[in-house]
Amino acid sequence: MDKVLELSYALDTFYFLMCGALVMWMAAGFTMLEAGLVRAKNTAEILTKNVGLYAVACIMYMLCGYGIMYGDSVNSFIPGISMLGMQDNTAQAVLAGGEDAPYYSNLSDFFFQVVFVATAMSIVSGAVAERMKLWAFLLFAVVMTGFIYPVQGFWKWGGGFLDGAGFLDFAGSGVVHMTGAAAALAGVLLLGARKGKYSKDGRIQAIPGCNLPLATLGTFILWLGWFGFNGGSELKISDVGEANSVALVFVNTNMAATGGLIAALALARVWFGKADLTMALNGALAGLVAITAEPLTPAPLLATAIGGVGGLLVVTSIVMLDKLKIDDPVGAISVHGVVGIWGLLAVVLSNDDASLPAQLLGIAVIFAWVFSISFGTWWAIRKVMGIRVSEQEEFEGVDVGECGLEAYPEFTLGVGRTGTTPAQAAPAYAMRAHPTKS
Amino acid sequence: MKLITIIVNPHKVEDVRRAFTRFGVSGATVTEVKGYGRQRGHSEVYRGAEYSVEFRPKVKIEIGVHDDLCEQVIEAVIDAARTGKIGDGKVFVTELEQAMRIRTGEIGVAAI
Repeated sequence: MDKVLELSYALDTFYFLMCGALVMWMAAGFTMLEAGLVRAKNTAEILTKNVGLYAVACIMYMLCGYGIMYGDSVNSFIPGISMLGMQDNTAQAVLAGGEDAPYYSNLSDFFFQVVFVATAMSIVSGAVAERMKLWAFLLFAVVMTGFIYPVQGFWKWGGGFLDGAGFLDFAGSGVVHMTGAAAALAGVLLLGARKGKYSKDGRIQAIPGCNLPLATLGTFILWLGWFGFNGGSELKISDVGEANSVALVFVNTNMAATGGLIAALALARVWFGKADLTMALNGALAGLVAITAEPLTPAPLLATAIGGVGGLLVVTSIVMLDKLKIDDPVGAISVHGVVGIWGLLAVVLSNDDASLPAQLLGIAVIFAWVFSISFGTWWAIRKVMGIRVSEQEEFEGVDVGECGLEAYPEFTLGVGRTGTTPAQAAPAYAMRAHPTKS
Repeated sequence: MKLITIIVNPHKVEDVRRAFTRFGVSGATVTEVKGYGRQRGHSEVYRGAEYSVEFRPKVKIEIGVHDDLCEQVIEAVIDAARTGKIGDGKVFVTELEQAMRIRTGEIGVAAI
């Protein structure tokens, strides 16, 4: 019997770690999606932001985020604060059995949670792409991953008052996705649209992404990672009931993505006259976000429909935000925010324990918290160091301005055109990157 | 001698090359270019927003030919590049004053 308990502990821990690794890989998905949907001259910088934010998120969550979210709290509103330790469960505690016995490693829980924080932060980078200063962004990431995210995470998943109020969010349509989108919205409002996105007479000018194969690869990577995101959030796989649940979560997650993709593709075709691939990609992600709040109780057909509604919403929302001059190059606010809200509301369709008032309360509280604190943080950063690159730098591309290099030096008609190879063009970079130095 | 500048759709480059090679034209300079003609580009939709493609990608081919061959070459090139649709391109003919082959120092017709 001891051996069986130990094995099931090992299996649940292993499952948790593997799901965490899948979610970690979503960082690659966001990175590729964003790299594909920005212009070539801003590619290297968005890559830098993505690797940078991932590292910042992990360090901040270790230092204080995890402690805020899951440590001892003052009450159900005010979390405590502590650093990640290395204590883990003893074999004795595990073998004691019963309801309270731990069934997976503490550190596997940290690993699974930390990659969620990075996901929320990745959402922000896409929305503010092509015009935000690299270091202002990373500074915001410190506050977001160390404080803003963990506090609302504590209110729900850490056993705070939202959890007590009956607010349901299985894997994070609200806690992760809407949170990322609300922070992004606050940033975009203070940042303004990309130069050239709106003409002087107010018309919307499309700015096509530079690499749709990368955007498509990124979407598929996110889709794969989402099985860890939702599947892992079941937290256990080691008995028949749990194993079946995990399988249903996998199936529903996959079906919702397909529903979202088809709905968005079809709507784009009918509305714009052509099958816009980028909308189809956003549609798949919208389906995934929509099902994340409750992938366990819907039947697969309902999951497909929930995803499908997400796909319709995302296309409409992207067009509407464009009209409102909220410039979001990759559609992150629509995919994760608008559809995240839809996902939280859709919980009541299949889960009898859900109530609409509780869902609305959760949406309102999380949005108000994240949006207001993020807005204040962005505002403070803007005061101190500025959040937007200079106009000159924006025209030349933030790759050269912020990173001193280009993603594709031999293809673009950017600064690198003075030489055909990076080596030849290097003096030109240095010159243009620091125009004030002679 | 004449310098013939041919601007065609990228997918027609190989046909055009075959057409003038038949007349013994032994060299050509090919450049990827962008431009517009009477139609002035066209418009597309990206994520719900219309945008105009003002400069279409084309390929510019420059060849030097003997005066006697010029008309036949142009005829063959036009025959190879024409689809009858908008955007087939242009041919410009200019007088070529002198030509030199750098390696051997040959000048005039021998150099083209």
